[in-house]
Amino acid sequence: MEPHFIKGGKYEKWNPLFETLATFAFTPKLVTTKGTHIRDGVDLKRTMFTVVIALIPCLIFGIYNTGHWEMAVAEGNRDIPYFAEMGAKFLMGLTIVLPVVVVSYGVGLTIEFIFGMLRGHSLHEGFLVSGMLIPLTMPADVPLWMVGLATAFAVIIGKEIFGGTGMNVVNIALTARAFLFFAYPTSMSGDKVWMSGLGEKMNTNAADLDGFSGATALGDLASFMSDKATVAGEAVQSNMAVQNFSNEYGAWESFMGMIPGSIGETSTMACLIGGLLLVITGVGSLRIILSFFAGGFIMGLLLNAIGGNPYLDLPAFYHLIIGGFAFGAVFMATDPVTASQTATGKIIYGFFGGFLAIMIRVLNPAYPEGVFLAILFMNVMAPIIDHYIIQANINRRLKRLKTA
Amino acid sequence: MSTDKKTSEPLFSKKNKQLITDPLTDNNPVTIQVLGICSALAITVQVSQAIVMSLSVLFVIIMGNLIVSLLRNLIPSRIRIIVQLLVVASLVIIVDQVLAAFQPDLSAKLSVFVGLIITNCIIMGRLEAFAMANKPWPSILDGLGNGLGYGAILILVAVFRELFGSGTLMGYPIFGNSLPGEESGLYAMGYQNNNLMILPPMALIITGIIIWVQRSRNKALIEEH
Repeated sequence: MEPHFIKGGKYEKWNPLFETLATFAFTPKLVTTKGTHIRDGVDLKRTMFTVVIALIPCLIFGIYNTGHWEMAVAEGNRDIPYFAEMGAKFLMGLTIVLPVVVVSYGVGLTIEFIFGMLRGHSLHEGFLVSGMLIPLTMPADVPLWMVGLATAFAVIIGKEIFGGTGMNVVNIALTARAFLFFAYPTSMSGDKVWMSGLGEKMNTNAADLDGFSGATALGDLASFMSDKATVAGEAVQSNMAVQNFSNEYGAWESFMGMIPGSIGETSTMACLIGGLLLVITGVGSLRIILSFFAGGFIMGLLLNAIGGNPYLDLPAFYHLIIGGFAFGAVFMATDPVTASQTATGKIIYGFFGGFLAIMIRVLNPAYPEGVFLAILFMNVMAPIIDHYIIQANINRRLKRLKTA
Repeated sequence: MSTDKKTSEPLFSKKNKQLITDPLTDNNPVTIQVLGICSALAITVQVSQAIVMSLSVLFVIIMGNLIVSLLRNLIPSRIRIIVQLLVVASLVIIVDQVLAAFQPDLSAKLSVFVGLIITNCIIMGRLEAFAMANKPWPSILDGLGNGLGYGAILILVAVFRELFGSGTLMGYPIFGNSLPGEESGLYAMGYQNNNLMILPPMALIITGIIIWVQRSRNKALIEEH
């Protein structure tokens, strides 16, 4: 079949498609012939596929969590038992999450394919991961056309104009997230979008939902902050808010991810399972993940030391398990294309990523999800970090050369 | 002197025509020379603003080119920038006052950006590079070409930004009523305005896309590295 597709063949134009499918199914015949090289089966496809597998715990948990909250909304009771009617919840979640995944892959791969045809290369595998990451960062109630638009924006503006896979400056999935966050803030934040069907129900029969809050942990924290009427002293009030908060969101629930939030980000547990796989296979950098958590934790401690309002007083470890912090640390910050490449650079990159994430989250309540902004910022900074690390290395060696 | 020969050149000779057409296409001041970007980012949220801005710049650049060209043999080269600046500043003040008198709303919206025409790199660039060395008539044409080239990009960017950012064109709703509770047209189907379009970064991205399209249509414009 192949002769039809190589240069000069009958279907030369369709070579990109053929090559994509062929190398997806079979090991390529092309191997290094000259010189000493490590011959290994690890290619871009294998690497990317490892990440997709690492994302599966997040995906499965996300589907279940989405289903759980949809059922909670349908019954108008936020406190329905978490581990009951599991099959039904999973199916409900699936009907919401699956279309988002399909749209993300469909739109992204179509655009990649068009660019591949125009530029005459095979479909790049990079989108395998981005296409899975994008749905996981979306709120459950996101309209599908927004997912498609954001994916198109991220693939074209975030990646293809820089030359395709491996050339992008900033993380593609985060570009999509940031696009939606700034373009359609009402559909991407607030307290109505995190549970499927909630916004609609609020508009039609709000009475059913008496006292029902659809906010995320971060959103609730901000609203606890504004409950100032009843308590006199601010410090007392602040402590109470933290108390209220930890009653509502126990550390265990937050860690497991049994809280409302974007589809795949709530479960720190699932993220860590995925992270473990990434680190063992050598795809994700342990340095970045650890320093990212360290940076966030230290910033949390610093803010605790300042204190004064519930956000600042929230125990530092809480910051690591609510919101998208763990998801960002494990899957977004470690993106090998946009992260720092040098060993020391990775530590600096990760540390400031986590540090900034918590800083933005706490000090600017308008952006409760500071993680993606922090990672995008560090993406841009990564080449500068690398530059100075390499320069420092050169200088150190030069000095050694001179003294010797 | 050979000036007699040149005066016999027709008003719209091929060379003179190119003075107008080049800045519109392959030597566009915004997309090719990447000048005047600041104002392109700031005032392209609405088409009406962009049109007024383009007209203001068009007026200033044509008159500035004409005046500087007339004065070109009298200006001592050491202080030429100061003289050019004076000419532009006086013209901008005229524009500003006229706008304030007849279009107070638009004038308030454009606020400092009319005043900032003084520092618009396109104008200073044309005065310095063209009007100082050419006769009045070609200078006018050059000003016209560059002003139109600038305005074309400005209005193009503004059309995208206003259409997708506010759902209107020149203030008229295109996609229907977007007021919450009484949506009609596309909004009733779940469409929402894109807030990112209103933010300045999107102007940069749209300008970038225009440059991208232009360069892929004409490969000669791509610089070698």
